[in-house]
Amino acid sequence: MNLALNTRLALGSLLANKLRAVLTMLGIIIGVAAVITLISVGEGVQDVVVSEFQGLGNNLLFVVPGSPDANEFTGDLVRAELTNDDYLALANPSAVPDLVRVAPTYGRPAVVTRGGEEARTTVTGTTPDYTDVRDFYPIEGDFFTEQDVTTAARVAVLGQSVYEQLFPDGTPPVGETIRINNVNFRVIGLMEEKGGSGFNDQDDVVLIPLNTAQRRLFPARRADGEYRVDQILAQVASEERQDAAIVEMALALRESRGIAYRDEEDFTILSQSDVIGALSQITNVLTLFLGLIAGISLLVGGIGIMNIMLVSVTERTREIGLRKAVGAKRRDILWQFLTEAIILASLGGLIGLALGAGGAWLISRFSDLLDARLAWNSVALAILFSAAVGLFFGIYPATRAARLNPIDALRYE
Amino acid sequence: MTARSDEKTPVTATDNGRGAAGRPVIVIRDMTKVYRMGEYEVRALNGVSVDILAGEFVAIMGPSGSGKSTMMNMLGALDKPTSGQYLLDGIDVSDMSDDQLADIRNRKIGFVFQNFNLLPRVPAIQQVELPLIYAAKRERGERARRALEMVGLGERVHHRPSELSGGQQQRVAIARALVNEPAIILADEPTGNLDSKSGTEVMAIFQRLNREQGITILFVTHDPWIARHTRRIITLADGIVVRDEAVPTPLVAGQSKRPSDEALVHE
Ligand SMILES: Nc1ncnc2c1ncn2[C@@H]1O[C@H](COP(=O)(O)OP(=O)(O)OP(=O)(O)O)[C@@H](O)[C@H]1O
Ligand SMILES: [Mg+2]
Repeated sequence: MNLALNTRLALGSLLANKLRAVLTMLGIIIGVAAVITLISVGEGVQDVVVSEFQGLGNNLLFVVPGSPDANEFTGDLVRAELTNDDYLALANPSAVPDLVRVAPTYGRPAVVTRGGEEARTTVTGTTPDYTDVRDFYPIEGDFFTEQDVTTAARVAVLGQSVYEQLFPDGTPPVGETIRINNVNFRVIGLMEEKGGSGFNDQDDVVLIPLNTAQRRLFPARRADGEYRVDQILAQVASEERQDAAIVEMALALRESRGIAYRDEEDFTILSQSDVIGALSQITNVLTLFLGLIAGISLLVGGIGIMNIMLVSVTERTREIGLRKAVGAKRRDILWQFLTEAIILASLGGLIGLALGAGGAWLISRFSDLLDARLAWNSVALAILFSAAVGLFFGIYPATRAARLNPIDALRYE
Repeated sequence: MTARSDEKTPVTATDNGRGAAGRPVIVIRDMTKVYRMGEYEVRALNGVSVDILAGEFVAIMGPSGSGKSTMMNMLGALDKPTSGQYLLDGIDVSDMSDDQLADIRNRKIGFVFQNFNLLPRVPAIQQVELPLIYAAKRERGERARRALEMVGLGERVHHRPSELSGGQQQRVAIARALVNEPAIILADEPTGNLDSKSGTEVMAIFQRLNREQGITILFVTHDPWIARHTRRIITLADGIVVRDEAVPTPLVAGQSKRPSDEALVHE
């Protein structure tokens, strides 16, 4: 008996009991659909995250306060802060020769208004090098200068999203006046569109000189006279120099922060790949978890298939007897029922796949956060797995059918 | 008995037991079949020895429970005897494996059942193709159509069992039995579920297959008048052969009217 015939036979038998076939497949359909949807969404999330971190700029290192080993309970994260001194230590080329440029950021949420328009956004103080570090430039007007920083000038550069909210009429923004937390600022530039989506819209920002932020808007002065910054972005000369740069930076920071030789660092230097790596670790756990759900649902689906195949074998005992009487061998009967189980399971897998892809599509359609992406390896895996489930759970019923003695089977009432 | 077991004529695979009349196609020796039912056992066959020659047309008779069906199942290689020897077409099938027996059933034997045993909802032509599928033969449709024509169902190839009369269903089953050109056709009460007209039609088909194609045919019947359409009647009782006689002038199906049951009984 060849495959085509067995397939036709199996389809015929499944079509003769359509409702039962569908109900039997339900376990596998639901399992595969759920897994495909979730994995697609997961891939979408990962895409967003990766693209955002890559969009931050080239060869970037981030310095954030707190020791890499700190946990929330020791409070290290809260106590450790970065200051202008740390930034100046990193900006010293003789101490850190492998860094090209450095830009600190110090930002807070704020209300920005212009006439009747209002935008709630993040206002970030930084230095002129920010544009090169982030690879993010004004398309209209100019970025602020070193002198603006020194004089704590009240000038601002708008991100596209903020511009659209404050200037719905499309007026050229340069030269206009806006108010940030009720302080007047002159708009001197408009940033290009950077993109990013949903929870991290990179255009939802207003950039102002660092000193203006620290002194005028969001007081950052500590009791010891130092000014706080949130983080420091540093650009490395080239990818190959990254490790060297990290060592130099750590030394410079230890010195500026007065950390003794034996003491632990209270800051962390992260590369973009560190961040992406940490995130993909989270995704890996998620994938494992999804795999577990898939496994369980396929198991349940498989048991359903075994159950119905056993019923089918019993119902068709006389048919099996007759087939054997006219010459069917064990393996003919075995493959007849195995094919049926495999087709049942794979069909369930395919339907589940279609539903899962539909679910993923719907989610991307109605959320602007992410584009759920159907991963082809998960598609192949879903089909292969369901077929394997059919094979595995079909073996027992099919073997039972194949073992039947023709006379007993023909006599079966 | 018309042949002895030691007359072992060499058999060539190609003629499949046909044509060479007088050569034994079935040789059984001291065949027993014991069914174990928990504590006690039933000796359904208690030492049966029979030779059937190629081209014979034989009826098996005997009271209910005498072992007729049991013997047919052994002859049809559907079941294995408890002891004894069985040479089918020169091949010893006494201790073959299940799959080997399946192969023998497929190539050498056509079996017709009292209750037809057709697959539900399947068109006649596909029912008849079934043995060819397991024989991996080509041109299945064409062969099946010819077999259906032989039993007079050339017009009914796409009918399903529910769309056929009992007699027609049995003819589909006969077409299925002969489609793979077997050496013998075995039938266990093929007319048992049919009225006398349909029964006579089945007999006519058997006689024609036997006469024109030389197919060896054995069938079980309770009906003495049906039995007299053959040329030899073997009678079983309590698992042994009690009578084995030739029919001097076999009836020709359709040419003699069936006498009343009473006339048959008081004959
Ligand atoms: N599978 C079985 N298990 C146990 N006993 C059996 C089995 N098959 C047949 N028998 C017994 O073997 C004996 C012969 O049965 P068999 O069916 O061969 O009789 P038969 O001559 O065909 O009868 P009938 O004319 O009623 O069909 C009976 O006593 C029956 O009960
Ligand atoms: Mg019987």
